[in-house]
Amino acid sequence: MDDRPNAATTGAAIRLSGLSREYGDRLALRDIDLTVARGETMVLLGPNGSGKSTMLRILATLLRPTSGEVRVLESLLPDESWKLRGRIGYLGHEPLLYRDLTGRENLQLQAKLHGIPKEEADARIEHDLDLLEMGRRADDRVTGFSAGMRQRIAICRAVLHRPELLLLDEPDSNLDPEGRELSRALIGPAEGRTRVLVSHEPDRARAEADLVVTLDRTGGITNQPDETADPGDQHEAGAGR
Amino acid sequence: MTSSREAFMALLGKDLRTELRTMRSLPAMVLFAVTTFIIFRYGLDRTTLSGSLAGGVLWTTLLFAGILGINRIFVSELEEGGFDAIRLAPVDRTVLFTSKVAALFIYLAVLQLIVVPVFAVFFLPDWSALGPLVAVLIGANLGFSVLGTLISSMAVNSRARDLLVPLLLLPLVVPLMIAATAASAGLFDAAGPDYDGFGTWLLVVGLYDGIFLLVGYAVFDFLLED
Repeated sequence: MDDRPNAATTGAAIRLSGLSREYGDRLALRDIDLTVARGETMVLLGPNGSGKSTMLRILATLLRPTSGEVRVLESLLPDESWKLRGRIGYLGHEPLLYRDLTGRENLQLQAKLHGIPKEEADARIEHDLDLLEMGRRADDRVTGFSAGMRQRIAICRAVLHRPELLLLDEPDSNLDPEGRELSRALIGPAEGRTRVLVSHEPDRARAEADLVVTLDRTGGITNQPDETADPGDQHEAGAGR
Repeated sequence: MTSSREAFMALLGKDLRTELRTMRSLPAMVLFAVTTFIIFRYGLDRTTLSGSLAGGVLWTTLLFAGILGINRIFVSELEEGGFDAIRLAPVDRTVLFTSKVAALFIYLAVLQLIVVPVFAVFFLPDWSALGPLVAVLIGANLGFSVLGTLISSMAVNSRARDLLVPLLLLPLVVPLMIAATAASAGLFDAAGPDYDGFGTWLLVVGLYDGIFLLVGYAVFDFLLED
């Protein structure tokens, strides 16, 4: 049995049952069962090609599952994916920024697409840019940014609409230590913020995880806890159910 | 849900702003059209054209110049993640379709604003056809923009999109080009604009626009699925 306090209750943020996803003949995810309670942080670990990003894209409604049941914020995917639009913050490998717009214009476009009133949007944009120390370069075109600066703007974009669920695919990639620290205010653990975090840095990710899920190369949850695990602090999905 | 009008304006504004900054599509379209008129002028060794030959030269040139713009209309969405950003936002996905149709329509209108006078200078002894020609240009632009957006959204994920777009577009655009050329042919009559059949052909253009607008609106949502 899973002994996390909220995991089995109704209103779980994420509930997967028998989730599989195929790309042609290749099985990317195999029979995944797991539950993430609201406010929890789930860390997804696993080697390259184990299906971590695929799982994130399915949760973000960007990819359809081949089989199994997927419930995100109580909406059944893919049929009810329209109910989730605007409630998820997704930070993938691509920053989802237009290179020929400035950082600020990208955020303003995002705010308009999410229906945020202009005054509120401007205030949030200023606040988030200042938090990530990007205010000074916000009016430069994204094409001139370094990868780390693009990632900072991408983080602002992912949280601008203040989503209930954050899906973060290696959010620290390209960030310097200062950037990693600054970004925690926007995408780090916080009261009521549910997060799914893909990481290749198990030690760092485990420090903020309520649930650790390790995928193997066949796209299934492995029963072998990572050797760096601290069994007292987190629950290994593979071993726990 | 975000209001469709706001989202439409935001996406259209983004496309126009990007084109103004980068000039990736329009200069190539204009250069292609002007060069083609020069080739026709010296290739045909004619200083004036009239009737269906004038209509044919004009619409063939506009069609192929327009394809240059169609090829690029979704490239930024694919390469810079626009498709994902829009799928994550609480907006009706057909807003992306209508905003791209509008952007393409504006590109074609700007193209024609520049190159139709060039065509007139090269080939028309009398410019009285240009007034009524505007109605044909608007009708044909709409159909071409709708079909081009639809085809481009289908081809954009393929590495062979530069080949696929004309391959899929050209057979489907033939009825529109026939109607537009026929509607223009009378206007370019050597004796002055002849309106016989003009209304009928304009109606055909309108019907074509309506059919493909409905098709585009109905299927575009599915084209964005993984």
